[in-house]
Amino acid sequence: MSGQEQMQGAGQGNHGFAHPVPMKILVGVAAALIALTILTVLLSDFHFGAFDIWIAMGIAAAKGTLVALFFMHLYWDKRFNGFVFIASLFFVAIFIGFVLLDTHTYEDGVKQYQQDHPPSSHSVPLSGEHK
Amino acid sequence: MSQAIDSIHGDQGQLSHEPHVAHHFESAEQQYDSAKLGMWVFLVTEILFFSGLFCVYAVYRSLHPEVFLYAHQWLDKGLGALNTVVLIISSFTMAWAVRNAQLGQKKALMINLTLTLVCAGTFMGIKAKEYSQKFEHGTTWGASFHPHDNAFGETHDGGELKKEDMPPNTQLFFSIYFALTGLHGLHVLIGMGLILWLLVRAAKGTFGPEYFTPVDIVGLYWHLVDLIWIFLFPLLYLIH
Repeated sequence: MSGQEQMQGAGQGNHGFAHPVPMKILVGVAAALIALTILTVLLSDFHFGAFDIWIAMGIAAAKGTLVALFFMHLYWDKRFNGFVFIASLFFVAIFIGFVLLDTHTYEDGVKQYQQDHPPSSHSVPLSGEHK
Repeated sequence: MSQAIDSIHGDQGQLSHEPHVAHHFESAEQQYDSAKLGMWVFLVTEILFFSGLFCVYAVYRSLHPEVFLYAHQWLDKGLGALNTVVLIISSFTMAWAVRNAQLGQKKALMINLTLTLVCAGTFMGIKAKEYSQKFEHGTTWGASFHPHDNAFGETHDGGELKKEDMPPNTQLFFSIYFALTGLHGLHVLIGMGLILWLLVRAAKGTFGPEYFTPVDIVGLYWHLVDLIWIFLFPLLYLIH
């Protein structure tokens, strides 16, 4: 990966390599974040069944994108910094996705086991050790 | 020392003479870019660190959705939303502070850093109020989870929480709640320490258009703390 990609955007001015984010953008992003917070709280009173979690996570992702792009300067930054960040999210998705897949692969087996071995007054043996 | 290096590299004429540029960097800009990439790599380790807890959350919520549906009613959605807004405002003042540092506005920089610190303190204050409520109700983590009678009854939403409806393993929710918000709160406290350090250095007039790296990278850290809360808030408070 080349770290030599060009700086994007305007505002180079005479501040050297500093890129001050325009106040309009800062205020706009803050207002959008607060509006999205109010939206997600209001939406939590309505029920969309299985979509609830995806709506809430979608709004959170939109807020996160605003924070990363503008408050964290990724929009103007060297592309490599953004690449590092996105790559970490990709690995988090693999991590959580595969753990969930694995968990649910064995869920039926666990339920069957619990049915066949109803909990007694003794604690359920975890390692399969019986006396 | 720097004169010796100058004489070695003298023909390149690239070396900076600015006092804050370390001798192994060619320019203030290269030093800044290196620091920023280093900070992003650190933030990635933070994301992976938190993702372990998010993974625990995902597994337990998918296996025991009834626990989350029931137990989240003990959390005050209003206080959670208020804390979200407080953190967003602190992120805004922090981003503004970075701009102030870049433009060499010393006074505005100090005001914005102070405001960020005040917001962080407000966040921790509200968090402390929520935590103390959990301890009063006996709704804490793991084996210490023994909800008292005062924990049941009317919820913050105006609903009613009945003891007999409580699903088994409800303590799971609070183990995850305290682990996630506790680790996040620790990050807020560390962030407050860092912002205080910036404030002291800003007062000495350290920062300006040529040198604002510490303000910028502490800002990145602070925004990440905000980013994580943006996900924690709906995951813990807005379950339905």
